[in-house]
Parts: sequence; C-alpha cells; structure tokens
Amino acid sequence: MTLIRDPQFQILMAILLAVLVVSSLVGFALSRRVTTEKGKEVVANLNARIKAWWLMVAVFCVAVTIGPLGSVILFALVSFFALREYFAISATLHADHRVLLWLVFVILPANYLLVAIKWYGLFAVFIPVYAFIGLQTRAALSGVTEDFLSRTARIQWGMMVAIYFVSYIPALLMLDLPQGSGAGQNFKLMFFLVVVVQASDVLQYIVGKLFGRTPIAPHVSPNKTVEGFLGGVLLATALGAALSPATPFNPWQAAIMALLICLMGFVGGLAMSATKRDRGVKDFGAMLPGHGGMLDRIDSLCFAAPIFFHLTRYFFT
Amino acid sequence: MLDHVLIAGARLLSGAVAFRHGFEFEPYAPRIYYANHSSHLDTLVLLGLIPDGQRRRVHPAAAKDYWWKTRPRRYIAERALNAVPVVRQVESHAEHPLRELEAALDRGDSLILFPEGTRGSGERVQPFKNGLHHLAAKHPSVNLVPVYIRNLNRVMPKGEWLPVPILCTVHFGAPFTVEPFPSRAEFLSHAQAQLEALSRQ
Repeated sequence: MTLIRDPQFQILMAILLAVLVVSSLVGFALSRRVTTEKGKEVVANLNARIKAWWLMVAVFCVAVTIGPLGSVILFALVSFFALREYFAISATLHADHRVLLWLVFVILPANYLLVAIKWYGLFAVFIPVYAFIGLQTRAALSGVTEDFLSRTARIQWGMMVAIYFVSYIPALLMLDLPQGSGAGQNFKLMFFLVVVVQASDVLQYIVGKLFGRTPIAPHVSPNKTVEGFLGGVLLATALGAALSPATPFNPWQAAIMALLICLMGFVGGLAMSATKRDRGVKDFGAMLPGHGGMLDRIDSLCFAAPIFFHLTRYFFT
Repeated sequence: MLDHVLIAGARLLSGAVAFRHGFEFEPYAPRIYYANHSSHLDTLVLLGLIPDGQRRRVHPAAAKDYWWKTRPRRYIAERALNAVPVVRQVESHAEHPLRELEAALDRGDSLILFPEGTRGSGERVQPFKNGLHHLAAKHPSVNLVPVYIRNLNRVMPKGEWLPVPILCTVHFGAPFTVEPFPSRAEFLSHAQAQLEALSRQ
C-alpha cells in the first residue's frame, strides 16, 4: 500500500482525474452545441468513449493499488477477453477445440503465473518456444489436416498478441530498476507505458478530427490521417518527457522512449486494423461502448509493451 | 442461485450480445422463442438475454430422456433452467409428448424451443420437427420469435465437455403468428426461412 502514499503516484492520479473531468465537461458542452446529424453522431460516440474511459481508468487504478497480483489478474482478464474476441473472427474447426482449451486454460494462466512469481527466464521463452511447439503438436495429434497451416497460424498469432504481448505490461513489475524514483517505481513505469500509448491514441484521434486532411493509410485505416498521426505522436512524446520524474529516465530518454512506444502503438493499431479489414468487421467487439471491443482498445499496447519492456530492461536495469 | 451462476458463466464465455431485428421484449407477451441448437450453452445464453422480470416465465423445452435421466441433470433442468420436459420417444399414448409445454402456454408462460430436435454441427439450420406447429396451432395468439445464435457451436461443440471463450451474437427476429399459414408445411417452411434469414445477418 506504499504506492498510494507515494506523492508522485498521487499527482499522477490527480492529473488523470482532472483530464477525465475536463473531457467530460467538454463532451457535455459539445453535446449542447452540435446541431448537424453527423456532428451529433461524432459527439455521442465521443461521450460514450469518455464514459468508458472513466470505467477503464477506475478498474486500472484499483487493480494497480491492490498490488502486483492485482495487475497480473487484471491483464490476465484482458488477455481472456481479447482471446474471446480474436477467435470470434478467426475461423477454427471443431478439431481445434482441445488446442483452444490448452491455450485458454493452461497456457494463459501459466504465462501470468510466471509473471506473478517473477521468473523472467522462463516467461520470456514459455510462449515463443514451449507453447508454440506444444500447440502445434496438439493440433497435429488431432489428426485433421484440412487447412492445417492457416488454422494453427491463426491460433499461434492470437496467442502471441492476446497473451504474450499483453503480459509484457504487468511484466514491467518484475524489472529490477535502480533506486531513484521513489516507491512503486515499477508501477509508475507501467503507468508511463499505458498512459503515453493511450494518450497517443486519444491525441491522434482529437488532432485528426480537428485538423486531419491527408489519409495516412487509406486502404487499411481510412480514418487515420498524417496530421493526426504527427500531432498525436508529438504531443504524447511531450507528455512522456513531462512524466520523466516518475520514471528511471531523464527527460530526453523519456521523450525517446515515449516516441518509440507511440510509433509501436501506431503500427500495432495498423496491423490490427488490417486484420479487421481482412475479416470484414469494423470492431473486434462491443464490450467497451464507443471504443468497440477489448482488442480495439489495447491494439496499440500490444506492440508497444514488449518493445518498451526489452528496451528498459537492456538500458536501465 | 445455481441459475445465476450458470448464466453468468455462459455470459463470461460467450460475451453474448443481443441484436433485435424488429423485436422488443417489453411488454411481456406469451411467446415461443425458437432457435438453432448446436450447444448445451444455447439455453443458458438465451435465458441470460431475457430481461430479469420475464425470465421466470420463460421455460426451455428439454428432452425428458436426457435431462430427466440422472439426478444432477434433472436438478439443473428443473431448478436452474426452469425447463419443461418434452418426450422424444413416445412409449404410451397416455401422455402427449408436448403436454407440459402446452400447460406452460396455457398458463400464459413462454417457451424456448429448438425445433431441429437435437444439437447440430452449427453449420446450417436442420429441418424442423412438427412440434413447433402443433404448439402454435393450439395457441394461435402466441407470438413466434426466431432466434439465431451464432458461434456458440464453437464455444462448446457437440461432444465436448469444456467450453472455450469465443464471442457470440444472438439475433432476435420479428415475431409472427401461425394464423396466416393454411398448412403445417407452409408454416414450418416460413419459420425455418425466418431463422435462416437471421443467420445471414
């Protein structure tokens, strides 16, 4: 519980709260002012998003303040919900049922258990080596060869994105950081990652809505614009630099880290958009009103988390 | 208690979202929800989407030879699912196979029916049994609501005993009654066509 008493953590919480309050007020003001049908639709979606943000921030903060186990369980659940959405759009056969059971009820808990007990050496190779071989073996034993390569590739990629990459977020808690930024610095590192990447998403959306003209990836994600991308990433990078006192990074290092994870967030979002386009869906799900599904919200974190983890581990521990 | 646990479990795995295509739950009216059947979880997911105030009045039809065979199954059927038995193998003519279902409709309650008769692979809608027409003809004012459940066959396929989480959608179609249809065959083919139309939504 030392985390709650940490002054930096309290400031971060206060800022988050202020941002939420201000955005709710702006959302309310906009809803009174728009008159066009299209404008109303955009503002209604914006307000739904803000409302969902309140809930997501609350759940995240409660889980984080409970302690390491709270974070591990939270992201294990995130993985569970992400898999639920992923397999809804990725075709599998009846023959894959046992493979999926292994994936959800053995590999997922085992992976997060390794995070919880801070066994880095096994965590790093558990999914890419053992689970990959294990699942492929189980699939071959099912005896059904129809579409074998595509089926297993889909399952393996789902495991990679929804379990392995996501688990790098709570895995930040096992890093052996140098003393310096006060209590719960691993939590603040996790905070840095999640807040910068999500802020980059939100800022890209806002800047894009205000100034967006030129599509950046018209075939994959028609709503993303060059202006939104540049503005959002730069602002989020500045935010990252401003958060440096709460991290093991100096302001320049924090800015570079923030820039890198924003770029990873962007390409992560792009890769997941391409997946959605391929499957002919707009969103992965509907559990987060305004945002879509769990995967729609965390797509940018999926690519950013492992890169952020390994860069921090290599350069700062 | 058990019903809430089972329904919550089915919801966690299926994340089922209801899409209504010209159908409203309120106000309550006696209805026959008829759905495609590919998993044991169908009933739980459907029950979970029916508003709390109405759920006690909605009875899934369950095969007597299966659900009333052992004590645990019977307990689940009666206590958790609020089910009524259908006799699939008629042994004596003393009891009509759909007697309990008719009794429920007589009380103004609603039913959940799987007119394909048994769980299919989930690939396509199987030909309907006659029971749906029998019940509708005896209760001409009751509304028939087609319900297409997508993906649940992948959550727990026939023959498997453990479910995996996969997002499902449940499509409720526009209600209709038996009256406009002069014959059983026309009614059943219309009912089946309605369900197949939902499967393409």
